[in-house]
Order: sequence, then structure tokens, then C-alpha cells
Amino acid sequence: MAELRLPTTLPPLFPGLPRKLDVDAATVQEAIDRLDERWPGLRDRLCEPGPALRPHINVYVDRERAGLDTGLDARSRVDVIAAITGG
Amino acid sequence: MSQQVVLLVGTRKGCFVLESDGDRCDWQVRGPFCEGWPVYHAVHDPASGSLYAAAASEWHGAGVWRSSDLGETWELSSEGLSYSDDGLKLSKVSGLTAAHGRLLAGAEACGIFESRDGGVTWSLLSTLDGQPNRDLWNEPENQPPGHLGLPAIMPHPDDPARYWVIVQGHGIFETTDDFASWTPRNRGLRADWPIENPEVGYCVHKLVMSPDTERLYQQNHVGMHRSDDAGQSWTEISEGLPTEFGFAAAAHPHDRDTFYVIPLDPGHGRTMPEGRAAVWRTRDGGNTWQRLDRGLPQRDAHLGVLREGMAIDALDTPGLYFGTSTGQVFASADEGESWTEIASYLPAISSVEVAVLG
Repeated sequence: MAELRLPTTLPPLFPGLPRKLDVDAATVQEAIDRLDERWPGLRDRLCEPGPALRPHINVYVDRERAGLDTGLDARSRVDVIAAITGG
Repeated sequence: MSQQVVLLVGTRKGCFVLESDGDRCDWQVRGPFCEGWPVYHAVHDPASGSLYAAAASEWHGAGVWRSSDLGETWELSSEGLSYSDDGLKLSKVSGLTAAHGRLLAGAEACGIFESRDGGVTWSLLSTLDGQPNRDLWNEPENQPPGHLGLPAIMPHPDDPARYWVIVQGHGIFETTDDFASWTPRNRGLRADWPIENPEVGYCVHKLVMSPDTERLYQQNHVGMHRSDDAGQSWTEISEGLPTEFGFAAAAHPHDRDTFYVIPLDPGHGRTMPEGRAAVWRTRDGGNTWQRLDRGLPQRDAHLGVLREGMAIDALDTPGLYFGTSTGQVFASADEGESWTEIASYLPAISSVEVAVLG
């Protein structure tokens, strides 16, 4: 199970969604798909049609910059970051 | 039941709800709502009583928030708010309109979406295919830095198949067959820039309808205009105003000849001229104008008001409201004769709408 850490801006949109949770998935996209199954609409908050990560959403797998197709293993740590923007 | 007047204020940091009784003297502020997302337009649907707020987060994309309890709780949806296969990218929604049993939203890039289930799901109605200049306004490499959107949708109050929309930088288009086909409605407008096709290429900022549905008004990038034939032709009515530029406008709900605008300096500042706040009113269809500034700041008041930043209620003596780019809300309970500042420190305001309940 990969360990997934989400930005503070997401849990208020989806009742019951924690900041940190374990997900059984082979890629980043699969992990997001698993979350979307449980919290419908969550994929749209992280991804654009394509799909592609939204421009201000960055994902790191084991502290390396990752994309939707980046692979995960049972010990992966996935950080989803709301990148610096706004003011 | 006593009347309740509700202002919906969309800001860069969420939606706020301001409430008063029918006297419109004492106001209470609630918010911010919508998790502090930038809200471009918030409206009340009189048919359902629901509130809707069109928003776009830099992180999480565009969506429409909805509340069925006057803002106590909110839910977000963007299901179906997407251009699927023609390369268009949806970056923002605004221009919410609740009419004839549907909720409509204008989008950037230019398109119109509808919801038939109270904002839970959405579907694309039109991207104005086939209209002159359509290839320009929806082509990413032809977009100016600010991008072009479809920020306003005005329904006909009696004909559920008839709407007017604004395409930024190109003008007004009318449909009379429920979004199936369109006709440009820009005849008589002025453009201070070269245009190839005289049917389109005009910068319409705000379009409003008087109680006489043949009488429309608009605030344009270059001048205020009036139409007496439901937009088929336009006559400029700018003479007597301090500038021809502005964004916000409001039509009196009971008098076809009364119309309000907020002239702004047209340069980079786009604030009220000379730092003196004023709303301007015509009572004769734009032949003459009166400056309304009693109670408004007359010194160092460099206030901006955006397209959806002014609203008028439908009470017997209508109340007028506007919100500024520096977070103040001003209200008048006497058709603009006198004004009171009813909120002072909100985030930058994008929109103000008003509803009278009870």
C-alpha cells in the first residue's frame, strides 16, 4: 500500500477524506482513480481532461517529481502538493 | 411574512452573504463561503431558493458551488463542466443565470453549459460554432493575455428559447431557438480599433434589460448604448458622462427609461475618475445623466467596479448596490439618491447580486 499525502485544500471538499491515507495502486493515476471511486469528483480537482495533472498540482513519489504514469510500490510515499500560486 | 433582502457577494476569497430586512438599513455579513475559492459570480435562483457560485481555483480548477440553505452549507460540482474532444480548455466559469427551469453558466474558453438538476451535473450547450470570428476567439494562439470568455447570458423573461450572450471582445449574440443557432447583435456599436467584419469585433462589458423587453442597455468598452428593438440596433448614449468606459450597469426594474452606470477611467487604473466615487443615472433613456454621490467617498476613493459588481432589487422603491475591487459594498435604499457603506473590508469583489425573499 502506497502512502498518500494530500494538500490541505482537498479534505474540506470531500467529507471523510483524510490528509494521509494508504492506497493500493500501481501508478499515480491509479491511486487518484481509487480516491475518485470513494470520493466522486476528486479526480477533477487534481487532473484536467486528458488526463493530465492540473498546472498547479505537483506530485512527488519518494521525493522525486512524478507524473500520472509514475509507478508505485508497496512502500512508496506519494506527496500531492498544491504548488505556490495566488496571494 | 416580513421581507428579507439578501446580497450575494463574490470575491477573490470566497462568497459572502449580506442580509437585511426590507428597510435595507442594517446589514449582517456572513462568510467567507466556498472554501475561499475565487468566486466570479454568485446568484440566487428564485424558483428553487438555491444559491449558486461560479468559481475557479488556481489549484483545483473550475466548478459551481451550490447551497440550498442560504449559504449555511455548500457543495461543489464540476461534473460535465469540460470540453471533451475539440481542444478547448475550460479555465473559468462565470455568468451564472437561473431561468426557465435550468441553470446556465458561461465559460472560458467560450461556451455555454447547462444544468437541469440544480447544479449537480452539467452538459455543454453551445460553443457558438459557425459564428463570425469564432475561430479567433476559441483559438488558443489568437487569445490575448487575458483570454476570452463568455461571461454573461441574459434570458428573455417570457420566451424560454431566447437568450443573448456576450463574447468578450467580439460582442453580443442572440439565439431564439434554444442555443441551436445565433445572430450577431452589434449593429450601431462603435469600435476604436480596426475590425474586418462589421458584424463582430465589439467589446461589450455588460448587457441589461429594462422592464420593457424591447429596451436593452449596455456598457461597452467605448460608450454606453441603448437598443429599442431588443438588440437589433444600438444608439450611443454616452454624452453627459465623465468617461465612456466602465463595466457595471443596472436597469431599473419598473421604469424602462432609467439606467445606471459607474464610469471609470479607461486606462490602466480603471477606477472612478478623480478619486471621487459616483454612480450615474439617466431617467430619460440616456438623453441626460445625473451624478449620484451622496454618502459616497469624494476624496482619495480610487474604486473599481467590475462587470457583475452592481445590482438593483425589485422592491417598489428599488435598492441599488455595488461592490468594489478593494472590498467595500455600498447600498442605496432610494434608487441611488443616497448611499451607505455596508461592508468595508471584504476581499476584492467580483460580483454583487440581490434577492428579495418573502
